[in-house]
Amino acid sequence: MSKVEFNKENGPREVFCGLTSIVWLHRRMPDAFFLVVGSRTCAHLIQSAAGVMIFAEPRFGTAILEEKDLAGLADAHEELDRVVNDLIARRPEIKTLFLVGSCPSEVIKLDLATVAEKLNTRFLGQVKFVNYSGSGIETTFTQGEDGALKALVPLMESTDDEKLLLVGTLANNVEDRFKKIFNNIGINNVESFPPRQSTELPKIGKNTKVLLTQPYLSDTVRDLEHRGCEIIYAPFPLGVEGSTKWFLAAADAFKIPELKVHEVIAPLANRARQALEKHTEILRGKKLFLLPESQLEISLARFLHNECEMDLVEVGTPYLNKDLMEEELNLLPEDTKIVEGQHVEKQLDRVRASNPDLVVCGMGLANPLEAEGISTKWSIEMVFSPIHGIDQAADLAGLFSRPLKRNQILTSKTLATH
Amino acid sequence: MELTLWTYEGPPHVGAMRVASSMKDIHYVLHAPQGDTYADLLFTMIERRGQRPPVTYTTFQARDLGGDTAELVKRNIAEAVERFKPKTLLVGESCTAELIQDQPGALAKGMGFDIPIVNLELPAYSKKENWGASETFYQIIRTLLKDNVNEIEKINPKRWKSLGRRPKVNILGPTLLGFRCRDDVIEIQRILSEQGIDTNVVAPLGSSPDDISRLTDADINICLYHEIAETSCEWLKRNCGMEYTTTIPIGIKNTINFINEVHEKLDLPLANQEELEHKSKLPWYSKSVDSNYLTGKRVFIFGDGTHAIAAAKIAKDELGFEVVGLGTYSREMARQVRAAAKDLNIEALITNSYLEVEDAMKKASPELVLGTQMERHSAKRLGIPCSVISTPMHVQDVPARYSPQMGWEGANVIFDDWVHPLMMGLEEHLIDMFKHDFEFVDGHQSHLGHTATKGPDNKEDEHGRSNINIQKKGNVIWTDSGRAELTKVPFFVRGKVKSNTEKYALSKGLPEISDETLYDAKAYFD
Repeated sequence: MSKVEFNKENGPREVFCGLTSIVWLHRRMPDAFFLVVGSRTCAHLIQSAAGVMIFAEPRFGTAILEEKDLAGLADAHEELDRVVNDLIARRPEIKTLFLVGSCPSEVIKLDLATVAEKLNTRFLGQVKFVNYSGSGIETTFTQGEDGALKALVPLMESTDDEKLLLVGTLANNVEDRFKKIFNNIGINNVESFPPRQSTELPKIGKNTKVLLTQPYLSDTVRDLEHRGCEIIYAPFPLGVEGSTKWFLAAADAFKIPELKVHEVIAPLANRARQALEKHTEILRGKKLFLLPESQLEISLARFLHNECEMDLVEVGTPYLNKDLMEEELNLLPEDTKIVEGQHVEKQLDRVRASNPDLVVCGMGLANPLEAEGISTKWSIEMVFSPIHGIDQAADLAGLFSRPLKRNQILTSKTLATH
Repeated sequence: MELTLWTYEGPPHVGAMRVASSMKDIHYVLHAPQGDTYADLLFTMIERRGQRPPVTYTTFQARDLGGDTAELVKRNIAEAVERFKPKTLLVGESCTAELIQDQPGALAKGMGFDIPIVNLELPAYSKKENWGASETFYQIIRTLLKDNVNEIEKINPKRWKSLGRRPKVNILGPTLLGFRCRDDVIEIQRILSEQGIDTNVVAPLGSSPDDISRLTDADINICLYHEIAETSCEWLKRNCGMEYTTTIPIGIKNTINFINEVHEKLDLPLANQEELEHKSKLPWYSKSVDSNYLTGKRVFIFGDGTHAIAAAKIAKDELGFEVVGLGTYSREMARQVRAAAKDLNIEALITNSYLEVEDAMKKASPELVLGTQMERHSAKRLGIPCSVISTPMHVQDVPARYSPQMGWEGANVIFDDWVHPLMMGLEEHLIDMFKHDFEFVDGHQSHLGHTATKGPDNKEDEHGRSNINIQKKGNVIWTDSGRAELTKVPFFVRGKVKSNTEKYALSKGLPEISDETLYDAKAYFD
């Protein structure tokens, strides 16, 4: 491992909780419904993060706890039962219902596992119920997906067939592209988890080789390992370098010669490097500060430094799993400052003191930093945009070069001349 | 437990944040887990604020729950006071912290600070955002003034005369994330200063704790938004004798009523009564011949209490619309909205469920919807023009241009915003004249920019042509002549004509609807 500098910080944070991941999970599995058992705050959080007004009826909702539910637990279980019955009567097309725990439901110890078990018996053959926690006292932002996927693992049937399992939500077009490239490399049995339909869960077993597409799936990985799956450790498929090493690691697990991978990937990589060049021109030598939010920060830092030649001031991450991130950490420049956790005030002091050219941060902080003259990129865009793979490398770089380019346009031509 | 897919109002602590963020020199320590920080984006993204809300979230985690969360609260309070040096500290909790019962307000008071501390207890499982804002504003005023009120003589609204100065008022209620508050304040101040009335303090928006302390320098209060300021105005009346106005100056009539109310309370003669009618273009625009076509337009209204009631009055009295639906999500204002609906001979819809609102909208078959951003989406699905009149806020509700709802300019803005989505009179007339020409595409809605009606009874093909789906209803059958006549009815009232005719046929026990039945029904309902 290269000598990166690890720091831990505690204090007030400025991050989303795990409930936010419902925003992309429900789009990935259109036959599933996500029912948060929580408060008005939970409902307001999801609708504010997702801007849900465009839907007639979204595939997620909140069973809002009221005063009378808090009085006695038996009552709350019955109430939840009633809400679920109403929901299923109204939305008969639902195949899987995720009961999602929240901060208040965790604190009052509402036993969603037991509720799910009872409902599974009652709705056998019609709807499957699983539960996980997206609460902010346990999870940050993307960790919600980890919880949701982990909850599905017990429903996956066993098989001894050899296959490559891509784990982590991908944009559909990126997923198709990856499968095609794997086929060209010579890996034909490729499946994805989560699948596009919640009922079409891939089968897994001792000949399943798991390749992660997202870095925030620690708990899911552990459970897949318990089911006998082999985990392929690799950098994550962001940028040309990360994606290439990711394909190589998969090929290695399937004993496909490296040369074959390069043969398939080389033209794509060359094309992508050319496309990257115009972004690198803008990003080269610029100072980058990443605040913690999505757990993609380390991979993004590696891409933006190694391929776009940015200088890393500080790389924040809400949580660091050193095992899953080892390959990424090895690719970071020496003395990279990594900070796990957050004290948002102290971190903003460091932002101001280091005078960065670009800060990656949440939506609550972006405009205030812009108002101070610091360019920003919202991290939530990374989880909503197709950014994975060699073909998307230039698009990914574009997310970071655009604010700098815009800043240049506005300050040098329009405003400064007046 | 209540299943909620979307909510008009956030939790009460978001209301507290609206008040805190509206003010200066104030800081709010919120005992809350990390996810609650989402609320910052309401201010930085929707309002495009260049400052973070003055809020410290204690960010407790599951692992803290076994230990000492009270210590965590105290550490955050100490850090926030040291760093931000507020003149007044708000301390409260969000839904989850309410369950842990650390009592952060009491903890803060025991820490020996020499600044006022406002302990906010906002029940997250029974109350909502506007209530939270109202309670927070009231608690700030109470905390900062309660020690002085006993020394203050009851404030006589006429005292400005003996003090030898111009009358002075406070404008209470405007906050961030309130509908067009930013511009309403400017408009109202302009109107008051024209009448020789000074503004003492505007609060919460733009005020500091020092400003709150000098609220009693004014002669009366102006309660600009009942949802936010009524409780505070009542307290100031009870404890300091300060009178307050209750008329909301939205629309011409109520702006004039408001000016009259202010003058009466202050015992200030109103010199320019006749001028007032001409301060806004709305009365003349509404009178001009083109607006003839607005007569009796069916309008469905839903929003917060203040804006929904105001909209109903303007719609009926100033634009000559027919109000066919009126409702609110503000339970605190249900009584007033019900009364306003009763005056219009309709039943008020009081609900938090946007699906219920959409159903009511469908049933009322309006030609214009005045609602929140959610009703804009519902109306779009139903192919009905809509104008937004109320929170919850959307980035589009914070326009770059001056765009108040209140006062003279507010009336101008309202005329434009409500009438432009409708077809203009002359245009409507021409469309009616030429609708049988072959060039005419049924479903033409000029500049409305949305797809035409796609209701279940009125499906359109890809060219926008209407393909009326006539089904048997009860025992009534549409004959060919009846069907042909129905296609000649303008598309925007066709649904209503169809259902009225069927209702008529059923009530008369007619087995068939011919062209004649349609005209019989028309005569019956006209």
